[in-house]
Amino acid sequence: MGPERVTFGGRLLPAALIAPQLLIVGLFFYWPAVQAVWQSFQMQDAFGLSTEFVWFENYRALFTDPGYYQALVTTLVFAAAVAGLSLGIALLLATMADREIRGAGIYRTLLIWPYAVAPAVAGVLFGFLFQPGLGLIARGLTQIGIPWNPLLDGNHAMILVVMAAAWKQISYNFLFFLAGLQAIPRSVIEAAAIDGAGPARRFWTIVFPLLSPTTFFLMVVNVVYAFCETFGVIDVLTHGGPGRATQTLVYKVYQDGRIGADLGGSAAQSVVLMAIVIGLTAIQFRYVEKRVAY
Amino acid sequence: MAGLTLDTLRKTYSGGVDAVRGVSLDVPDGAFCVLVGPSGCGKSTVLRMIAGLETVTAGAITIGGRVVNDVEPAERDIAMVFQNYALYPHMRVYDNLAYGLRNRGTPKAEIETRVTEAARLLGLEAMLTRYPRQLSGGQRQRVAMGRAIVRKPQVFLFDEPLSNLDAKLRVQMRVEIRRLQRQLGVTTVYVTHDQVEAMTMADRLVVMNGGEIEQVGTPIEIYRRPATRYVATFMGSPPMNILGAEAVAGGVRIDGTVIPVAGMTAGTAVEAGIRPEDLRIAEDGLPFRIAFVEELGATRLLHGPLAGTDVAVQVPAGSTAQEGDTVRLAIDGTALHLFDPATGRRLAQG
Repeated sequence: MGPERVTFGGRLLPAALIAPQLLIVGLFFYWPAVQAVWQSFQMQDAFGLSTEFVWFENYRALFTDPGYYQALVTTLVFAAAVAGLSLGIALLLATMADREIRGAGIYRTLLIWPYAVAPAVAGVLFGFLFQPGLGLIARGLTQIGIPWNPLLDGNHAMILVVMAAAWKQISYNFLFFLAGLQAIPRSVIEAAAIDGAGPARRFWTIVFPLLSPTTFFLMVVNVVYAFCETFGVIDVLTHGGPGRATQTLVYKVYQDGRIGADLGGSAAQSVVLMAIVIGLTAIQFRYVEKRVAY
Repeated sequence: MAGLTLDTLRKTYSGGVDAVRGVSLDVPDGAFCVLVGPSGCGKSTVLRMIAGLETVTAGAITIGGRVVNDVEPAERDIAMVFQNYALYPHMRVYDNLAYGLRNRGTPKAEIETRVTEAARLLGLEAMLTRYPRQLSGGQRQRVAMGRAIVRKPQVFLFDEPLSNLDAKLRVQMRVEIRRLQRQLGVTTVYVTHDQVEAMTMADRLVVMNGGEIEQVGTPIEIYRRPATRYVATFMGSPPMNILGAEAVAGGVRIDGTVIPVAGMTAGTAVEAGIRPEDLRIAEDGLPFRIAFVEELGATRLLHGPLAGTDVAVQVPAGSTAQEGDTVRLAIDGTALHLFDPATGRRLAQG
């Protein structure tokens, strides 16, 4: 027997119950999304006085622009680095927190806090720490002979935004990894220990494979995060620079649209970005449906 | 192959809980030793200490003449079957069986031989390419045993391996484990809370309670001469009836009736235990009003108060006693088990 199904008489009550949710999704997702698609087919003059419907002209311009591909590559590098770094560190912390240690509760709570910090604030924090000449860490780096300067060196800038963006995501990944680790039966690990597998071998042959559904889920979430939600970090730290070294797709949308005043082209970029995210999410859902429960 | 010795083994958890309070036990080479007791009696802790999954607070564990207290589980040359089987869910049956051998760097050809051999022994040949989730409970249980067998360890450890199976399968697997153990001749320690499992499987039965051993013996010894009241009531289904009694010269008085027992001296209060099958309906004896009847097919169980205690009486299927009848029960002095009410220990006579 499955759970009992609740049925409502009439249509008014159920409609009223889902209305707030629909309203929010409609207002903050569907309406802007439709607007973006509509806008991406339009072109405006520099003063916003006339608007022309141009079909796919914006997209054609986009896909023939080498700058766009440059931003795409930057985004891929950025996303891979953010996801890799935050997943790796979170997994390390989670495996340590999974052991029975004194003060595990405090340790876990402290590790979760950074998630409550807004990306822009995280950006400011890292900005201070790595400010050449002033920042604590930046000065340390200079002292040990590394000419740290994210304002001039594109690679340094990239490292900086990756660290700031990854740091914020570690808490979230940590929570999921810890839950995943705790879902692995203790006896399976013990059986492996008796079967002669040392700690490292146990981790790679038993724990890591059993965590793979969690890892995959987090990977998608982290990539989507790196694609879309890191605007604040980049805006605060580098403004996409130096040059275009840290100009990701989402930052380019902002730069071309808000600063460059190319609303149509910017909208087209938004639509492409949206398509990428929808694609990632679709893969995620397919996988979740098919995934085997261990 | 090797014997196993526990010498005043103790386990105190960091919270100060004494889980095991000085357990000494000698399991001869090739014996099937069953640890039985209620949950929380420390039997699983003892097993986990033997496996090396729990640290030893005090005492020594010796496997094949070697003290293994500080030896890693992997180096103890033991294999363990867990209650939930603990199969590796992401590996096929073949890989589950081969895992321990691969970790030890066994040559590929030998792994194949041993896995095939174990699979044949357990009737798992057709399952080797399946995943654990595609197997039934009984098959998973077999894979768990196969994983123990392929390693050819000195000692097998079983932690309540049958409690996740349904009743019918449990009886079947009970026989199978016993047969396999005889065939391989590997020293075995088997933990269970089920006294029927304990009785039927053990060469050497260890009854535990409160972190200590109550009695060690063959199942028949333990059934016939329980060393304590606890063992008497724990082993046997339905459990032994315990009646309040008083020792008189040459017997015990129960509810005003003196039952002759050789060598008794007068004076002290005792507790008189009698198994349900040792009580007989007779012309003369203690009055017993049958409160209700359990029909078991081959036998019938009559329940009701006797000398102020609720007791069970096992009678043959042919008996005609009905609920509400009052019958008389004869007690044979030689079938009585007498215990000291203060310590619960068996009294020397009887």
